Amino acid sequence: MPDTQALVNDFLNKLKKRKIEGSQATAKQTAELLRSVISQTRMPYTNQAAALIHSVKAVGERLIAANPVELAVGNVVRRVLHIVREEDLSLTTAAMAGLNLSAESDDEDDTDRDNHPALSAAAIAAASRSTLRPPSLQTLLEDVPDSAAVPHTSSSGGDSEGKSKSADKSSRSRKLKHDVIEAVNELIQDISTCHELIAEQAVEHIHQNEVILTLGSSRTVLEFLCAAKEKKRSFRVFVAEGAPRYQGHLLAKELVTRGLQTTLITDSAVFAMISRVNMVIVGAHAVMANGGVIAPVGLNMVALAAQKHAVPFVVLAGSHKLCPLYPHHPEVLLNELRSPSELLDFGEFSDCLDFGSGIGAPLLHVVNPTFDYVPPKLVSLFITDTGGHNPSYMYRLIADYYSADDLVLERRTTSGN
Amino acid sequence: MNPNPNIDFSHLCFLLFLQKSTKFFERQLSMDARRMSRAVPRVRQVGFFTPNTPAQQPQPQSAAPSSESPPLSDSPASNSLSPVMIPPPRHLSDNLGGRTAAVPVPGREISGELPTVGSYNPSESVLWLDSPPRSRIGDEELSEGAESSLGWYRRSDSAKFASSLPSGGFNLSTAKHPESVAAVEAKNPLPEQSEVQKEQASSSKPLKAKTTKAERRALQESQRAAKAASRAEANKSGTPGGAPSSKPMKQPPQKKDGPPVASSIAASERIGVDRSVEKERKKDLPPPRKQFDDESRGGRAKRRSVLNQPEARNRVELFRHLPPHKNGTQLPSLESKFFELHEKHPAVYKVGLQYLAGDLSGGNARCIAMLQAFQEAIRDYSTPPEKTLTRDLTSKIGGFVSFLIECRPLSMSMGNAIRFLKSRIARLPLTLSESEAKTTLCSDIDRFINEKIVLADKVILRHAATKIRDGDVLLTYGSSCVVEMILLYAHELGKQFRVVVVDSHPMLEGQKLLRRLVVKGLSCTYTQLNAISYVMHKVTRVFLGASSIFSNGTVYSTVGTASVAMVAHAFRVPVLVCCEAYKFHERVQLDSICFNELGDPDAISKVPGRVDVNYLDNLTDKQKENLELLNLKYDATPSDYISVIVTDYGMIPPTSVPVIVREYRKEYLLI
Repeated sequence: MPDTQALVNDFLNKLKKRKIEGSQATAKQTAELLRSVISQTRMPYTNQAAALIHSVKAVGERLIAANPVELAVGNVVRRVLHIVREEDLSLTTAAMAGLNLSAESDDEDDTDRDNHPALSAAAIAAASRSTLRPPSLQTLLEDVPDSAAVPHTSSSGGDSEGKSKSADKSSRSRKLKHDVIEAVNELIQDISTCHELIAEQAVEHIHQNEVILTLGSSRTVLEFLCAAKEKKRSFRVFVAEGAPRYQGHLLAKELVTRGLQTTLITDSAVFAMISRVNMVIVGAHAVMANGGVIAPVGLNMVALAAQKHAVPFVVLAGSHKLCPLYPHHPEVLLNELRSPSELLDFGEFSDCLDFGSGIGAPLLHVVNPTFDYVPPKLVSLFITDTGGHNPSYMYRLIADYYSADDLVLERRTTSGN
Repeated sequence: MNPNPNIDFSHLCFLLFLQKSTKFFERQLSMDARRMSRAVPRVRQVGFFTPNTPAQQPQPQSAAPSSESPPLSDSPASNSLSPVMIPPPRHLSDNLGGRTAAVPVPGREISGELPTVGSYNPSESVLWLDSPPRSRIGDEELSEGAESSLGWYRRSDSAKFASSLPSGGFNLSTAKHPESVAAVEAKNPLPEQSEVQKEQASSSKPLKAKTTKAERRALQESQRAAKAASRAEANKSGTPGGAPSSKPMKQPPQKKDGPPVASSIAASERIGVDRSVEKERKKDLPPPRKQFDDESRGGRAKRRSVLNQPEARNRVELFRHLPPHKNGTQLPSLESKFFELHEKHPAVYKVGLQYLAGDLSGGNARCIAMLQAFQEAIRDYSTPPEKTLTRDLTSKIGGFVSFLIECRPLSMSMGNAIRFLKSRIARLPLTLSESEAKTTLCSDIDRFINEKIVLADKVILRHAATKIRDGDVLLTYGSSCVVEMILLYAHELGKQFRVVVVDSHPMLEGQKLLRRLVVKGLSCTYTQLNAISYVMHKVTRVFLGASSIFSNGTVYSTVGTASVAMVAHAFRVPVLVCCEAYKFHERVQLDSICFNELGDPDAISKVPGRVDVNYLDNLTDKQKENLELLNLKYDATPSDYISVIVTDYGMIPPTSVPVIVREYRKEYLLI
């Protein structure tokens, strides 16, 4: 499959060079890439799910390593793995129930599976549910440490798989791949429509004559505000410009084009203005499992100011931004330093940047981080495409999207190093 | 003449009188306190506008509404005023205050000597404590020292940026308008005055005739011409009292709605008593600030202004009460007016232009430049015939001040300095010859600059340097000259530390600070305000400058300072605010919106050195309609974020600011 390999390498390069802007674009492209990887994967005769998972993981690890800060890549890889596991499980369950496969060829969703007709096989259904729900004691106990080798299979699953394979192999092998690709397509669809789903909720949160503050630019926020505007709510927006990228200018321009009353303020005036603001609505880069937010730089300051003035701090995040990891020292470890040229003119300061003081260390450092970490206690509400949630609930929400086996993807690479 | 002996005497008399007048007052109070208080503005007006008003009160200050006039009750001279000259109460309810204060008697012999003083109401001076001028020993060295170290405050490299630096600047303009108007009018026959003059001339007219605006304006025009002519004549011939000296006729703002009523002398006397009581009680209260959108001042200020007010295009709704930014584009028009504005001394004019162009920025630099310009103006000053230096010079200074305010709103510290200067002028002994008086004033100014700024900074350096240890990481925001001096001083002491310079658009003055620090060999980290949470982990101390500190502990400083202090507080990093005590002010403020200064809104859409940021360049008219750009210059940092304030009186907690303000004010009279 030289074709896929080229695609993967191309995408890796883009990630490494940070050519892809925004987590939504990244997520979408990752999903598309993984879809083609899946479609190109040669299915072995047995244990097809494991083969799929293996190939997706192999690519996923490289993608994550290419840009470890862009958590959306990891999220999508985990989502795809989860999809593979679920599809496999649903097929297994169906086979075990002894129902004919053709009847459920279109069933891919969790919801569908939950009211699956195969409830007669109660024991197996229960077993399958236990594998579906990651934090169950049974899975934790029975799972093999290196889950990559034996993909989803807990003991009961393995048994059932063996039996089902003997039942009708040929149809299953086609079916699994087909179902997985269908599901990935749906994931891509979800990622690209998450704005609308979030924006639909705008009227529930924005009232007449509201004053809203935001910082930097986020497409989600733009859609959210515009949705409220379309519903004839009249309100006022303060946009902090978000130095050093000044994306706020862009957002302000978009907002005024759509007829919203917009005031562009400097980042330094946020504290002065926040006392007159009713709500802070911002986009996020990623949402961690503890409810903390990796957000564009400057938002921690805004969140602190909002807390000081008891202004609700609302974070909009599509589900592809939900990351199942718990952050450790995220300000540094999940951050990225951009070029100093955004802050200082090299021409003016070139002499300071390199002349050393005796010991050879440069006198001048320029720090230009990309992200801020907003701890969960500063966030009032998350609005995702599935509705509004408390920061404390995020870990549970995340459990719906990822399987526990995939949380640590880099295990092999770290052990290899 | 040393007024000292008089103090004791007058105090004695004051006390005696207090007892008597209290009874009197109480009786009056029980009679009809309410109506009396209602009547206040009217009575006052009558005092001003009866056709019999003696012509020998030619000073504008005397009649200036002077809502901020400090109490004068134990200054004998002022007590000899006729009661109508005492400024009106600010709040009617205050008339019911329990205390009474002195009225005239004791000071007679002084007022005999100074017949003119009576009509002078030094509305800006802090004069209730009468004290002898300090000896001027050591002036020479002091001023020498001042000259040498002033270089600090003037930075040549700021010319590039039209925006001015943040660490200075508090808009006193609004508060001062009544006085400055008066002062301007002393020289320039300007609308309000001629209006009054007109009224006086046609005294058959009711006082506040319901003339339409247009009518009045037309009259003003003609009056202005007539007035100019007559003034020229007066200056030449030197007629006593000055021909056009209807200046005391300037109407108090209250007049606007109060219908003229004739009233008895008795009534006015009674109210005079009340007023002095009130003044006594309120001497610690700052005057209410007049806001830009105040109806009663708007029209007048506009007519008077030298500069064109910029269009109110896209003004931010929340800040309509603040004057819009006047940017350097007005420079040529102002320059062309140079010969019209012959009243302005060239030195003052130059400083004004520098303010306008943003070449001169930083609270201390602006204050020093202003004082030195005044100094020069005083040196070149000669009292016009038939005028007294005290009064004429005060009004002249007032004119300068209002000119400077037009160029850029004054900072709190400058207001304090002007207050000092005016009090010095007002309390010049009359026995001094003109040249002596001028020398005295010049050395007073030198002493102020030296003691309150230069030496104060040296003291602050010493204090602050004790808080810097080896291995520290110090963070500073923007560019404060005191903080810069502290850093350099600590570096000279050989302390090993690292400096984090935090900057923010659109001022970007941190870059200039960074440049100066790096050249001196300090190791620095540069970042922008948004990254403050990222760098704060490593920081051990935060040093901030301030434009002013209010008596509720609020630090009024460059916009963004509050955010820095807040983040530092959240990360448990101590915040040290370094500020000279002359910048302290007795006002209080809770937010950054009620009072602030607006910068150039267009500065926001451009980022120097970043061509890629051009999103706002080509907006259609419809887009512009919805877009407002807000460029705030200052913000108010709540006192709970401040660990300590380093000032020339030592290191104090923010709760002690009112104490310093009180103590400091006393001392500053003695300077």
